[in-house]
Amino acid sequence: MSLFAFAGALESGLLFSLVALGVFLSFRVLDFPDLTVDGSFPLGAAVAAAALASGVDPFLATGLAIVAGWGAGLVTALLNVRFGIMNLLSGILTMVALFSINLRIMGGPNVPLYNVDTVFDVAQSWFNFGLWTNTVLIAIVAFAAKFLVDWFLKTELGLALRASGENPAMAEAQGIAVGRMALVGMAISNGLVALAGALFAQLQGVADVSMGIGTIVTGLAALIIGEAILGRRMVFVATLGCIVGALVYRLFIALSLSAGFIGIQPQDLNLVTAIVVAIAVVLSKGRAQRNRRRAGMTPRRAPAAKRAG
Amino acid sequence: MLSLNNIHVTFNAGTPTEVRALSDINLKIADGEFVTVIGSNGAGKSTLLSVVVGTVKPERGSVHLDGEDVTAWSPHRRAMHVGRVFQEPRLGTCSSLSIEENLALAAARGKSRGLKGALGTRQNRKWLADQVAKLEIGLEDRMTQPVGTLSGGQRQAISLLMATLLPMKILVLDEHTAALDPGAAAKVLALSTEIAETRKLTTLMVTHSMRDALAVGHRTIMMDSGRIVLDFTEEERAKLTVQDLSSLFGRAIGKQLDDDKMMLA
Repeated sequence: MSLFAFAGALESGLLFSLVALGVFLSFRVLDFPDLTVDGSFPLGAAVAAAALASGVDPFLATGLAIVAGWGAGLVTALLNVRFGIMNLLSGILTMVALFSINLRIMGGPNVPLYNVDTVFDVAQSWFNFGLWTNTVLIAIVAFAAKFLVDWFLKTELGLALRASGENPAMAEAQGIAVGRMALVGMAISNGLVALAGALFAQLQGVADVSMGIGTIVTGLAALIIGEAILGRRMVFVATLGCIVGALVYRLFIALSLSAGFIGIQPQDLNLVTAIVVAIAVVLSKGRAQRNRRRAGMTPRRAPAAKRAG
Repeated sequence: MLSLNNIHVTFNAGTPTEVRALSDINLKIADGEFVTVIGSNGAGKSTLLSVVVGTVKPERGSVHLDGEDVTAWSPHRRAMHVGRVFQEPRLGTCSSLSIEENLALAAARGKSRGLKGALGTRQNRKWLADQVAKLEIGLEDRMTQPVGTLSGGQRQAISLLMATLLPMKILVLDEHTAALDPGAAAKVLALSTEIAETRKLTTLMVTHSMRDALAVGHRTIMMDSGRIVLDFTEEERAKLTVQDLSSLFGRAIGKQLDDDKMMLA
């Protein structure tokens, strides 16, 4: 694999760790299988690109994308909580609606960003690591997001959110408005995904309406690979797993493409993804069983983090 | 004072599986009164508790708490005044959260939850540990351990503490010792009565055990087919044995009790 391809894999790995963090919040913390992601990722891209094209400051444009993501998450959560639509269907409805909305926002199927300054151009004027400048900026954002999620889940609100996801009956008995927690969590989750979309568009130099296809699978793959490697017992380990999982996933994809081994070509990517996810699920199942067995004997120890590799 | 007035509850109304869960329930419980509830399976005991905590809305009738009509209140709003311990130990606590995090959730009940650290100051954590120490089951040194690693009895004790951590009015115990081994069950039951006694809580306890029903609290009601069929005050109860209760119940509902429907001991 060339250095350039390696840098590219790191960039997109770190970028998709934001998606993985969002998916972690919805799928794991809230227990809400949210498919809005395939729409909120291009939504972030569309909002940022449209704002940039009309001369908005790149950081403000990225901020607007996050706010749009919150909105998308709120809509999905409202459809489920307020109107009782099944959670999977709520996400699908929002996702489908967002396809049209994204076309409206961009005024067409794509918006090129060649003649505008993006956050990466601005970052270039702050620090210059040559090939690695973009990677450094995305790494800063990804780790900031990880630590923010860690902090949030330790606050009163964050703890209430975790309780509503894990045990709604208990949360309700402790005076927690479970539905409201879903609104908060889904907004944050899709905000993270939209941020990833906004950065992705600026990195690629274009926002495209079809760039969201498969986002949810990539996010889930990263999440599950991270869990298979690091485990999921504690919040800060699970969020670190999102970053590690996304990196491993993107590196694996880059490796299989560049090595050309066993004749893998770009059109085989979805098959490779499905196989990677399947293997990761099987691995993490084996680990869960081993952990359970061990937990019976020495409940205090949390071996998850030690078994890396 | 908790009062249930003309409560009617029907499940699956208008379908072939329609069930009259509660019909015309009238019940007044004085402040600080501890009422035990017995009855065979499907008698409506759990539905009665659900109406009190608000997870089941009656189709007719009203629930009043200290004169205030709380019928339309959501369960999380009622949680300000009503504490609940579930039958299943896993239901009352969050497995992946530590003991102190579970208690912190209970300590924020009825307050708005913001972006402050959930565990609060060192002082606050000390206070939580002190509350656990009062249970006298040695968990105060294991506050950071996930609740999922505790035994069923320990989890129920923590649930009980969480239900009663803050000032509240009504304690609802839904067969909360039924899933425990006899030793743990006795301990949790003793803990429940002690807390209810010292805090003068109005308590509703559903139990399958007639002996517990007579031994604990101040008053016993017996339910069958969604109705309250017998209601004994403390004095009336004092003269009753488990056998008396069983035959009185049989007469009240006009048939002999199946032993496997209700444990006599």
